[in-house]
Amino acid sequence: MERIETEAPAREEIGAGYAGRIFRQIQRVIDDTGGQAGTLIRVLQQAQGLIGYLPPPVLKTISRDLKIPLSELYGIVSFYHFFTMVPKGRHVIQICLGTSCYVKGGQRLLDTLKKDSGLEPEGITPDGKFSLETVRCLGCCGLSPVMAIGDDVHRKVKPGEIKDILSPYE
Amino acid sequence: MGKVSLTIDGTKVEGREGATVLETAQDAGIYIPNLCGDPDLEPYGGCRLCLVEIENVDGLPASCTTPVAEGMVVRTEARRVNEVRRHVVELLLSDHPDNCLTCPKNQHCELQRIAAYVGIDQQRFKKLERPALIDSSNPFFVRDSSKCILCGKCVRVCDEVQGVAALEVFNDGPSSKIVTVDDRPIVESVCESCGQCVAKCPTGALMPKDFRWPAKEVKTICPYCGVGCGIYLAVRGNEVVGIRGDLESPVSKGSLCVKGQFGFEFINHPERLTSPLIRRNGKLSEATWDEALGFIAGRLAEYKGDKVAVISSAKCTNEENYLIQKFARAVLATNNIDHCARLCHAPTVAGLAQSFGSGAMTNSIDEISGAACILAIGTNTTATHPVIGLKIKKAVRDGAKLIVANPREIDLCRIGHLWLRHRPGSDVALLMGMMRVIIDAGLADSSFIEERCENFDAFKQSLEPFDLDFVERVTAVPAEQVAEAARLYATNKPATILYAMGITQHTHGTDNVLATANLAMLTGNIGKPSTGVNPLRGQNNVQGACDMGALPNVYTGYQRVDDPKVEEKFETAWQCSLNTSPGLTLTEIFQAAYEKKVKALYLVGENPMLSDPEATHIDEALKKLEFLVVQDVFLSETAQLAHVVLPAATFAEKDGIFTNTERRVQRVRRALEPKGDSKPDWWITCQIAKRLGGQGFDFEHPSQIMAEIAELTPSYGGISYERLDDGGLQWPCPTKEHPGTPILHTEQFTRGKGRFLPLEYKPSLEQTDNDYPLILTTERSLYHFHTGTVTRRVKGLNVLKGEELVEMNPVDAKALGIADGQRVKVVSRRGEVTARVKITPVSPPGVISMTFHFAESPTNILTNPAVDPIAKIPELKVCAVRVEKAPPVED
Repeated sequence: MERIETEAPAREEIGAGYAGRIFRQIQRVIDDTGGQAGTLIRVLQQAQGLIGYLPPPVLKTISRDLKIPLSELYGIVSFYHFFTMVPKGRHVIQICLGTSCYVKGGQRLLDTLKKDSGLEPEGITPDGKFSLETVRCLGCCGLSPVMAIGDDVHRKVKPGEIKDILSPYE
Repeated sequence: MGKVSLTIDGTKVEGREGATVLETAQDAGIYIPNLCGDPDLEPYGGCRLCLVEIENVDGLPASCTTPVAEGMVVRTEARRVNEVRRHVVELLLSDHPDNCLTCPKNQHCELQRIAAYVGIDQQRFKKLERPALIDSSNPFFVRDSSKCILCGKCVRVCDEVQGVAALEVFNDGPSSKIVTVDDRPIVESVCESCGQCVAKCPTGALMPKDFRWPAKEVKTICPYCGVGCGIYLAVRGNEVVGIRGDLESPVSKGSLCVKGQFGFEFINHPERLTSPLIRRNGKLSEATWDEALGFIAGRLAEYKGDKVAVISSAKCTNEENYLIQKFARAVLATNNIDHCARLCHAPTVAGLAQSFGSGAMTNSIDEISGAACILAIGTNTTATHPVIGLKIKKAVRDGAKLIVANPREIDLCRIGHLWLRHRPGSDVALLMGMMRVIIDAGLADSSFIEERCENFDAFKQSLEPFDLDFVERVTAVPAEQVAEAARLYATNKPATILYAMGITQHTHGTDNVLATANLAMLTGNIGKPSTGVNPLRGQNNVQGACDMGALPNVYTGYQRVDDPKVEEKFETAWQCSLNTSPGLTLTEIFQAAYEKKVKALYLVGENPMLSDPEATHIDEALKKLEFLVVQDVFLSETAQLAHVVLPAATFAEKDGIFTNTERRVQRVRRALEPKGDSKPDWWITCQIAKRLGGQGFDFEHPSQIMAEIAELTPSYGGISYERLDDGGLQWPCPTKEHPGTPILHTEQFTRGKGRFLPLEYKPSLEQTDNDYPLILTTERSLYHFHTGTVTRRVKGLNVLKGEELVEMNPVDAKALGIADGQRVKVVSRRGEVTARVKITPVSPPGVISMTFHFAESPTNILTNPAVDPIAKIPELKVCAVRVEKAPPVED
């Protein structure tokens, strides 16, 4: 995934290239709201859908065009776990640290991921393949400890199995 | 709005429909503990301390978010309510430090007070200290996150009231914290240092730096701009240690800007003048008052009549301005008296007097927030009149349409619905274009024009040339934007016009003012609440200095010197004979000094060396004077040239009256003894007058001077010190029973009928050419005031803005090969100034801007002294320049 590292461009300056294309698309999302109130969450959701995360230049564009203070956007984006300001991997690993999973060794799974892949919670592998999140409960305590990768739920995971579980993911 | 009756703690209480239970209880004098509620802020429901029990309602609702209802039975002291409150406070204390005795907020902390009130006798929760992330980046205050209880007041006041939104609650749950964008130090954020977050913080999480609690507080008025915010000076010993916004002030309601909140260091500054100085052998050396006054009286006696001139001060009180003009006229026998209004709003006084009969704000400051449309033209309100800026922001939040007309992309453009970026000096074309659209679209208020106004047909004819093609060509504003502005202004009523020096500081400044008056009359937007033509005046008492007759052609209350009846009235009152021909204006005084026609000058509290156009010429003129007396609080650039310097007291050291921009006459109260041997200006002027044989200068207190003003001035006739204790009075206030006049021209205009004036477009006198291809426009920073005599002596303000920066568009910078921060030489037809460049799209291509706060780079060396033929105001907003790279400074 390419990263967006430019400053927020002025509307008339949005040019060619990946960043330009993305900003044009975000601009369209904003324009589609027609200046109506209460459209912010939708815009954030669609913008994140386009790039996978919400980097500062994107937030600045949204702030300027919807006339919502940048600080408020930071507050909202940080409040909802769905939103992220850092890029996520192609596959998002979720390790459950709810009571049951924690007791059954969820923390050990985290330790192993750190040791083997250098992955820490909220982090991403250098190749952009995996990113890691911790969650409170995935609703399958009978299978704890649980590790979800995208929509796949892996049950009763032992630290030694992690390598094999990850290997099929491209 | 209807009334609702309910019962709180067994007492029958009447509440306003729509009010919350908390507000209603507070109004009834019933205390409900809370940490996040504030009358200035939207209900938040965050702290969970104001919970109450309400009959037939499940759970314990938060009283701050629950509206009152008929027949409601509320119990604020139910047992389970108190149990929950204790629990909440215990939780708050579990991650709050216990070092109250060494906390600067000790005994003034809301958390401490509420903990005591609810009665905390145990600590059942494990202590979890919030990390103490100290942010001391701001020069005026410190943030200490370990003391934060996340009530959100700082975040909310910054967003809801100030419209700045520097702070936000980041994350959720236990990891929540208050941050700036990207968690940068606050000084790097959009923070404007107004300190309202500090004022609202219930704990020690936000505290002023070097804080000391005062021994007493004295209610007075802020000495900076013309808004006239109410303040309390916090006094300890003979020193001001802090300032607090006055919540009762009808003008500011507790709000302040960075200068009003933190800019008090100058009062006790070591560089204050504390003794009279007399020039001996070329050097200023200390003298006694007796020596200095005797010397001045002896010298001034030689120049009585037209050889002497007096410059009064918009920083001084009404009483002082009254005495200074009385001294000039009755003792020195000259009408050569003027002050800095000549450089700011002389066209307002001249123009609005022609149109309406009265040259002042037609409406009140607080009404601005009730407007449906605001046209802000030639005013960078959030920088120059910050608290009026808040009223604009409130209006916009409540749905008002904001039209900003300004060549520069000022802060208001961020929230404006329409931004007209017109060329400097093209205001008449822009406004006339709008008016033609209004008439053509049938949006004019014909019954108002018919009943209340005159000369409409002549005016209408003068609109002929202003078709949208012409207007677009002259102003560079796209025709459809001009039409949209016209439609917005004419159809969203009430609509108000705010303007400042972008309108007045032109050789056609009076025409610009007349155009705004025409526009308001055309749409009937005058004489009603939240409408009007509202010149925002610059200095704290520039309105008062004009009202008091510190002008060459009028006595107090704009009574003309050439009117024989007026002459007779003042001759009788002052027991002397008076001159009936108007004297010289400020700009003319300096020209006359240059030509050696005026030989002596008594100058109070002004600094023309930095404030007046073509400063080099001013310097030469001052040096040609045979005798120059300067009365000031600091040894200003002008005072350094004087033969005698007299040390004046600051606003904190004297009693008196300021009149703010909305004509509100307000009391200034003495909080300190004058520093060293300095004296109030009124005392000094009286002493000089008496030594020159003047009669009627035996005053012991300014209130006696005010009584004399009231006798001689119809519009101030009903004003006395006793009546000013409660929020002040707006003139005209002709009798002791009169309640004052918040809105002018309600039934009829002061002059009878409102007069439409035909106008034509006149280009600015100074034009660009190949040698001087750029336009320089002067502006002001939020962080400094006027020539910086006072604000440059406040360390923190210099941290926030320490030097002049020439603002230049990236296009121009690229063409000239100039980099951001590079030193440049700005050259005009009159001189050159060196400063560093700030490259920013805020400045339009072809236009650069500079302030005039910095003596190191005196911008007014460059500006054009050509004046408006009627108001004699110089063309300070348009000056042709070129910019060259300058060698770096050698250290």
